Amino acid sequence: MYDIKALYEAKSVEDAVRLLTDHPDAQIIAGGSDVLVQIRSGKRAGKELVSIYGLDEMRGVKMEEDGTIRIGSLTSFSHITQDPLIQKHINVLGEAVDMVGGPQIRAIGTIGGNTCNGVTSADSASTLFALDAIIEITGPNGVRTEPISSFYLSAGKVDLAHNEVQTAILIPKKSYSGYKGHYIKYGMRNAMEIATTGCSVNVRLSGDKKTIKDVRIAYGVAGPIPMRAHTAEKAAAGQPVCAETVDRFAAAVLEDVKPRDSWRAAKDFRLHLCTTMAKRALIEAIKKCGGEVL
Amino acid sequence: MSEQQYKMIHCWINGCERSAMIDVRASLTDMLRNDYRLTSVKKGCEVGECGACNVIIDGECFNSCIYLAVWAEGKHITTLEGLMGPNGELSDIQQAFVDETAIQCGFCSPGFILTAEEILERGKIYTDDELRKLLSGHLCRCTGYENILRAVKKTMYARNGKKMPKEQ
Amino acid sequence: MVIGKSLPRVDALDKATGRTKYTDDLCDRGALIAKIVHSDKAHAYVKSVDIKEALKVPGVVKILTCFDVPEQPFPTAGHPWSTDPHHQDVADRHLLTRHVRYYGDDVAAVVAEDEVSAVQAARAVKVEYDVLPIVLDAQEAMKDGAPLLHKKYANNVLAHTDIRRGNYEEAIKEPGLVKVEGWYDTPTVQHCHIENAVCYAYEEAGKVVVVASTQIPHIVRRCVGQALGIDWGRVRIIKPYIGGGFGDKQDALYEPLCAWLSMQVGGRLVKLECTREETFVNCRVRHAIRSHIISYVRADGTMVGRKLECWSNQGAYASHGHGICAKGMNAFPQLYPCPNLEADSWTVFTNRSVAGAMRAYGMPQAIFAVECHTDDICRKLGLDPIEYRRRAVMPKGYVDQFSKNELYSDSFNQTIDVGMKYMDFERKYKEYQNQTGDIRRGIGMSVFWYNTAVWPISLETSSCRMVMNQDGSVQVQVGETEIGQGADTAFAQMAADTLGVPFEKVHVVSCQDTDVTPYGTGAYASRQTYTAGMAIRTCAEDFKAHILKVAFDYTRMQPYLCDIVDGNIVRITDGRVLMSLADLSASVLYSLDSSEHLTMEKTTQIKTNAYSFGCGFAEVEVDIPMCKIKLLKIINVHDAGILINPALAKAQVEGGMSMGIGYALSEKLIYDEKTGKALNNNLLDYKLSTFMDHPHLEVAFVENPEPTSAYGTKALGEPPVIPVAPAIRNAVLNATGVALYELPMDPHLLFRKFQEAHLFAKEE
Repeated sequence: MYDIKALYEAKSVEDAVRLLTDHPDAQIIAGGSDVLVQIRSGKRAGKELVSIYGLDEMRGVKMEEDGTIRIGSLTSFSHITQDPLIQKHINVLGEAVDMVGGPQIRAIGTIGGNTCNGVTSADSASTLFALDAIIEITGPNGVRTEPISSFYLSAGKVDLAHNEVQTAILIPKKSYSGYKGHYIKYGMRNAMEIATTGCSVNVRLSGDKKTIKDVRIAYGVAGPIPMRAHTAEKAAAGQPVCAETVDRFAAAVLEDVKPRDSWRAAKDFRLHLCTTMAKRALIEAIKKCGGEVL
Repeated sequence: MSEQQYKMIHCWINGCERSAMIDVRASLTDMLRNDYRLTSVKKGCEVGECGACNVIIDGECFNSCIYLAVWAEGKHITTLEGLMGPNGELSDIQQAFVDETAIQCGFCSPGFILTAEEILERGKIYTDDELRKLLSGHLCRCTGYENILRAVKKTMYARNGKKMPKEQ
Repeated sequence: MVIGKSLPRVDALDKATGRTKYTDDLCDRGALIAKIVHSDKAHAYVKSVDIKEALKVPGVVKILTCFDVPEQPFPTAGHPWSTDPHHQDVADRHLLTRHVRYYGDDVAAVVAEDEVSAVQAARAVKVEYDVLPIVLDAQEAMKDGAPLLHKKYANNVLAHTDIRRGNYEEAIKEPGLVKVEGWYDTPTVQHCHIENAVCYAYEEAGKVVVVASTQIPHIVRRCVGQALGIDWGRVRIIKPYIGGGFGDKQDALYEPLCAWLSMQVGGRLVKLECTREETFVNCRVRHAIRSHIISYVRADGTMVGRKLECWSNQGAYASHGHGICAKGMNAFPQLYPCPNLEADSWTVFTNRSVAGAMRAYGMPQAIFAVECHTDDICRKLGLDPIEYRRRAVMPKGYVDQFSKNELYSDSFNQTIDVGMKYMDFERKYKEYQNQTGDIRRGIGMSVFWYNTAVWPISLETSSCRMVMNQDGSVQVQVGETEIGQGADTAFAQMAADTLGVPFEKVHVVSCQDTDVTPYGTGAYASRQTYTAGMAIRTCAEDFKAHILKVAFDYTRMQPYLCDIVDGNIVRITDGRVLMSLADLSASVLYSLDSSEHLTMEKTTQIKTNAYSFGCGFAEVEVDIPMCKIKLLKIINVHDAGILINPALAKAQVEGGMSMGIGYALSEKLIYDEKTGKALNNNLLDYKLSTFMDHPHLEVAFVENPEPTSAYGTKALGEPPVIPVAPAIRNAVLNATGVALYELPMDPHLLFRKFQEAHLFAKEE
């Protein structure tokens, strides 16, 4: 039995916005795998909740006319992984969210919840950063969009007003077309795990597979919020596909990442992992593009 | 809670249509255990980490501890009590858990058997590694998972009308 | 005969259908809910407890604090009691405490109508403390000036024991000896039974009844009586099916408090259910033990002098106390006999969670130290680790003078042979030496021994009652408990064979109720088949003799001419079936002349113990840059004597190996250095191994019947956990040349150690 003050079930996105406006202290709840755990721990005990779990309009993956892939915020991890559009165009995202917790967590956990809670360890977040994802937000004044890089403000805080609802995550065609990606989750065990560090790489090669045309790399738990390593990206863009490029790329991530010491892992260990994972993720992503690092 | 809040929840539990006034603060675990006395739904952590409270909702497995009871409205829910045949006969997967010594203390068994059932319902043949991943949302401290894997695998091959390959 | 057959568990059907009832399933939904107010200080005196705000929470029935509880302290350890005051468990607990000794200690308790109210009220209780400094490390706690936890124990030393053999100081003067020295550290880990600790209590018929998830109902009855200061006969403990215990529930946990709370609210039904977080912090943990070993050996490895020092982290209260560390220390001179030896062990209070019994009771810690050290000797001298072990390990015929345990068979060599063959050890061990590259493989092994039951340290006794029904079937009761290991099934197999009734006609009463069940101390020390086996055999043989005597009136045959076979009275001389037990039992019970209810109850005292042996092998792949160990192949080989039920035995071993894998690679309760707070007391952050963290677990047995045992059995429940960690450690040594000295061998440790060994190529 949860210590909940009151529960309001939204009938639509507009209803959710209205309920949140009417209840300024209410907490929005999607799948609940974070919010309910926090209530139980006392952190959000005694709060009013606005449940959006029933809003099927916010579920599913669609391709829009311009090739943008639209992922409803309430789409569960397991449905993302199984979705044919995701598998065809951005399989790396399906693979990344397939590493969240265990199967039952992936059935209840939503990609919207995963990003809105603002935590750096979210398995979806680094891949969404590496895909230049766009966040769609619906509020009292209609719909607005934000690039994911500006959606995250600080640890646990995202650019979402109290009465706004994140309704979709958009992946523009230019972000995925021609790219292949690879995500490495580093954990202390192989399931039911929170990422010690996560690293996602998206790469596009030249037609002859000899040159890296473009690469995007993003991390979870390399700083207070998920982040890109732009220095490494610049160091590899336009460079030949070879071991030296990969090494330079991996070394360059240290210019950008800023992991901290915690009981979950020491800073120097995380730094070591950042370079090791950059190297391995890039090599795998190149392989998926049909290239080979010699 | 200052304002006690109840809601009529109407759903199907193990094939039977049920409705009851449910405290909106209840988890689905609370509802199934307390209101319907389906005590195969176990509490091991109450935060979705152990899988003991796992139930099947509309064909998918969920940890009922972190699932609000009110979300069950209109859903079809299966607990372990619902797997037996009308005359009390064990389903193939339950029988396999018995035959393969996949049960020890038995506390994780209901959750495991339901996830196994969900996997088997897909009608696919999975590799050992795939099965391990599909079953990884459950913790067990007694069995080392070894016999659970064998029970699921054996049933998977049987349901698909295939012969199980020889073990290592 | 059914002994030796892999029959399905007697409780499998119920467990597969979900109808098995565990403690909380039985509890009436109207129960009051108790929640404990835990300290947020690891060491402090409680100055005051303010319950004013908490009492305002609707639904609160009563709030009790550390100033309300009985003054007399009580012990909690799941040991048989001793009438010798010097041998009694340390009584250092109060139901709620005014002297807080670990982060999370119990200060007050709320009883409320429902869970939410209880939690809200517990949060609203305000406690004022006089904060004291803390100490978390055992050796630090022994230093002068360290914070003192218990006034009676100077330097926080609960106990110190030692062993002296020959003359170590003189022996090591021999010229040409090689000194091998190592420090071996094991972590605090938790049992993680999936059912949390839970109990409920109420008063009935002048007694307080506690239904509890416990391994030791009869012992808990005594502990509750002692804690509450009431006659033990006024306490009734009922133990239903339990969701695992592994030693954690071999202690009185919250049963005394729950019973007392019920009595404070007029005997109303009160449930006290630990959350997972509480199970980690407020129940018991495995002792973290630091061992220091020095061996002086000749060039061929012959041990000339050896020294062991070990420090056991007891945490805040004595619980099982020094027994664990002492048992581990006693392994040292026995596993590798050495003429000159010094061993010392200290059990030390610290401000950590209370350490108690956990599967294999000190031996995983001890064997980790000893078997890592064995490979350290081999590496230093360039010896083959198997060949060396065969030479140095306890030889056939070895007798321990204290326990009188004897190695009757060539168990070590036999089990090693099986393991080597499965692993292709010889070839791989050589092949894996001197590798380079990022990914390397290695293979390693460890041997172990373990006692069976607790004689002669403590009392060993077991009682069995058999009652024959009118249909010739038998109800069997023992005090030894089913905790998931399959004891009930093994008991049924034993009873069926000895009594001569079909297995299906033996009904083991699984639930222990101290008002009804004959005395037995419970499930621990891998004693079930050994001790209960003796009680069952004694009872069944006497019962059979009695039945044959009674049968005379109906068969006219002398008892010595008859036997009971497959549920029938059979004349041995010609094999003729004279009558069925069903006919006999019904005729006797309903006889108008001489009615008798066929029943037998026997108590058996056990004055033997038995060595159980085996070894474990592991093959690993080490990803150096990723600081990860992948387990490729693993086998445990056990000589546990005769297997009553091979399928259940194998399942037991697999579970133990799984626990060993977690111990080796990932499990550790982490305490904040400053506050003493456990940081990862949940199943996400505490890394119990999952389905994806195991390779196939291979199990093999060598069955040398144990001569002292009623059915040839000996310890199997706990030993499987023992060899896994040292085998993996030695495999990593083989793979990388890096010797690890602490558990778990998780990525954090590997990163440090690989860095020190300069294994990271072209480091950033």
